[in-house]
Amino acid sequence: MKIAVFVKQVPDSAAKVTVENGVVSWGDAPLVINPWDEYAVEAALSLAEKHGGDVTVFSLGSESAKEALKHALAMGCAQAILLSDPALKSVDSSGIARVCSTAIQKLGDVNIAVFGKQAIDSDTGVTAAMAARILGWPALTLVASIAQLDPAAKTIRVERGIEEGRQIVDAKLPAVMSIVKDFGEPRYPSFMGIRKASKAEIPTWTLADLGIPAPEAKITWPELINPPKREVTNEIVTGGSPDEIATKLADKIIAEGVL
Amino acid sequence: MPGKIFVYIDHFKGKPLPASWEVVSAARKIAGEMGSWVSALVFGQGVESIAQPAFHYGADEVLLADDSSLADYRAEPYAALISKLAKDTHPEAVLFTTSTRGRELAAMAAIDLDTGVIPDVIEIKHEGGKFTATRPIYAGKLLAKVTCSTKPTLLTLRVRAFGKPVEDASRTGAITKVSPVLTADQIPTKVVDYATTEGRVSLGDAAVIVSGGRGLSNNPSLQPPAEITDEKQKEIWRAQQGFKMLGELAGVLGAAVGASRAAVDAGYIPYPHQVGQTGKVVSPDLYIASGISGAIQHLAGMRTAKVIVAINKDADAPIFKLARFGVVGDLYEIIPALTKAFKERLHK
Repeated sequence: MKIAVFVKQVPDSAAKVTVENGVVSWGDAPLVINPWDEYAVEAALSLAEKHGGDVTVFSLGSESAKEALKHALAMGCAQAILLSDPALKSVDSSGIARVCSTAIQKLGDVNIAVFGKQAIDSDTGVTAAMAARILGWPALTLVASIAQLDPAAKTIRVERGIEEGRQIVDAKLPAVMSIVKDFGEPRYPSFMGIRKASKAEIPTWTLADLGIPAPEAKITWPELINPPKREVTNEIVTGGSPDEIATKLADKIIAEGVL
Repeated sequence: MPGKIFVYIDHFKGKPLPASWEVVSAARKIAGEMGSWVSALVFGQGVESIAQPAFHYGADEVLLADDSSLADYRAEPYAALISKLAKDTHPEAVLFTTSTRGRELAAMAAIDLDTGVIPDVIEIKHEGGKFTATRPIYAGKLLAKVTCSTKPTLLTLRVRAFGKPVEDASRTGAITKVSPVLTADQIPTKVVDYATTEGRVSLGDAAVIVSGGRGLSNNPSLQPPAEITDEKQKEIWRAQQGFKMLGELAGVLGAAVGASRAAVDAGYIPYPHQVGQTGKVVSPDLYIASGISGAIQHLAGMRTAKVIVAINKDADAPIFKLARFGVVGDLYEIIPALTKAFKERLHK
């Protein structure tokens, strides 16, 4: 089995993010592998362990995205490739999906392409479904568990997390999946993995290497703003007993007209 | 005259998501401003009854695809049909609710139609022949204004961000039947089964959420059964009793139960309950946070709630800064008393 997994480098979820003169700042918070993508890497690795094969990890971004790739290598991916080109500076979701799909095709013979649910910076959550559409492969989004996989018969059965619970779906490989947190905790990079990753050569594929022109961005983000400050009057409710506090609190909540 | 506004009506087994009506209502408003009209897309099997409420909430016509190949929701046949209908009639925009289905359908149709998708928007303006949408990024730590240079613009609307849908029972419209694009054997997936969790209020569209955090395990007086000997398991058992207690309050308020990432990661409650940047971003009318200190990633997921109530032992917990009402105290004393107080007042 040949598995491709895609990761993004993002500011840590604990970062305080602000914008000034159109420039986003996350202070001194570290850049990390997108938390959702760690589940995707976990899924890719566990599939390779169970059914044989290896995992190639890709990231689209600047040179610094190599850190996210190294994290995935340290978790156990066999090789990493950076997708990077100055012409991708203002790429939109469909452009990202186009580049990722072309990378999957260039790698060749991929059975499963795995994505995280969404990136915690742009929060779009559409890349996996878009890539599936471009490739003409089934889109198995929001996979919570893989119930069956038969590499010889090229069939897969997954449980998808939907609003109403789980939808259990059969599909033929190759397929694109996105993975949700229910899949299970991602493994920590091992000491040996970290050593291997630190020495790894990470090649870069440019648009010329992929043989495609820069995708035209249809979506533009002309303005970023800090959300309005939350105006709230804090009131600490006190009383002589839990019952007294609770009674007062219940009356106050009802008076707000939200029930 | 501008083209129509398409609205995809999201439903599960023929039961429309309430959020679908928010989208129809929002589309009605935008169409009114633009001099356009609203076309609702209803796909499934035996789903004609969905047309009537669609008219009531603001659709001018319903494009109905009623076919056995559409009985189970599947992305490929649904996206193919949306794309075909859009190619035939050139709508200005296609609107979806931000649901698991809406998001992937919008993504796939965007590729088919060679256009852009703007997911999870909280505001839409139509100016100079173009839509500008506002959407939260970094889980709401920032807002982005986004435009699309191509038509149709595909947008998914955040649940509860566009106000209560307006119903007018006198409205009617025409139903036009349309046929699926893919034949049964062209569809690459097959739905085997469902494991549904019906009866529970889902976090995404809940008006009231009662949430718990690490503090729920902090009740030494609760004695786990003798067969649980492991300390970690004892802690989880205690927290689970705490979530049961929150569940009772939620029951009285018709609320959904939420949780912090810390509580989910500690194994107290399954992941679908997680509120925050790596869980669900919610915007209820009332959010009761108990035993949650308020890490930045949690606050990002609930800061737009109308009224926030915090119950925590630690008076310095950051959650209190966002809270309209706070109680510094033991949630194991306050929550049951609060449940009782609401029972009396709401006559339940």
